[in-house]
Amino acid sequence: MDDIQALTLQLARDPSSLVFLPLAETLRRRGQLDAALTVALQGATRYPEMAGAWDLVARIRSDRGEGDLAFDAWTTVIRLDGDHLGAHKGLGFLAFRGGDHRRSLRYLQRAVELAPSDSAAQVALERVRELAGAQVVPGFPEPTIDPLKALEPDPGSALLVDREGRVLAGSVTRSDGEDAGDAVAAALAGVSREAERATRLLGLGGWARIGVEGEAANVEIRTPTPDTVLLMFRGGRVPPGRLILLADRAEQESRRWLEELR
Amino acid sequence: MTLVAALDDLTRQPGVRGALVVSAEDGLVVADALMEDVDGGAVAALTASLLRRMRGVAEVLGQASPQLVHLVGGEGSLLAAPAGAELLVVAIARPEANVGAIRLALKRAAERVS
Repeated sequence: MDDIQALTLQLARDPSSLVFLPLAETLRRRGQLDAALTVALQGATRYPEMAGAWDLVARIRSDRGEGDLAFDAWTTVIRLDGDHLGAHKGLGFLAFRGGDHRRSLRYLQRAVELAPSDSAAQVALERVRELAGAQVVPGFPEPTIDPLKALEPDPGSALLVDREGRVLAGSVTRSDGEDAGDAVAAALAGVSREAERATRLLGLGGWARIGVEGEAANVEIRTPTPDTVLLMFRGGRVPPGRLILLADRAEQESRRWLEELR
Repeated sequence: MTLVAALDDLTRQPGVRGALVVSAEDGLVVADALMEDVDGGAVAALTASLLRRMRGVAEVLGQASPQLVHLVGGEGSLLAAPAGAELLVVAIARPEANVGAIRLALKRAAERVS
């Protein structure tokens, strides 16, 4: 009698036992995914608060190529146990496979925090960082993915800076091809304070944006958080209204990214 | 045409609380047409300072001086355009104002003033 037969008999004798876990796992490892899923789902239904049962369901779903259903199952695991290593690794893998490098990085970073000696999680984290071009950002301990890169088909026209005029994300290239990131960051350093002072003294409320129209280019300046400033610019052929919409999106992404980092 | 008359079209726009001509260099009021609650001196000084800073940003971007600056707050906005090399035309608007119409009126006023 092999393992599967023995475990199946045991489960048949006592359907409420936890033997469904090793049975479904053994079936999964042997590639019998339909049977593994049936067993795991019956167990998870019987023990809906058991994170390990849903983790097993998620891994089987993932092996079957059912990414969305695996995602749902691992999300259930996180809800039941926010520190579940397998769920963070699994969700990191799914996000990576789906092209969402930022989310993948977030899950894998958490996995490495939970288990610093887990070499598989560490290797996966390094791989995602490398592929996504994650960089060290001033003031933040871990390398991270530039939130403006994904939004900018032509890099070099959006920049996020901190209160001290240090570049946090994005880049700015002048029309002559010269990198102007640091110079623009320095020029933006006091903008937020000045705009805040102006709107306050003039009774205009807190400042939301500055639009600058020029002969050859238009500029939008935003404040995603009170201590950061975002600049986006486009050639004059892009209408100011469209630039406002692009800047709205960049501002939202920057805010979300900064919140995640903190 | 007097400078104040050049602002008429601008101040007639719905939602405009006032308009000014400001010296770009020192931020002093040259002419104004303002509602009582608007501090012209503060508007002039702050606008000139903001314009200088925006010129600095445009310069490092390799761009010419701004033709229009629009500072938006939660309870209103300020629009400013250079009128020649030495003056600025400025408008203060309520949040519900039609910014597109004010922008056009501001540019027309700047042309008249310069």
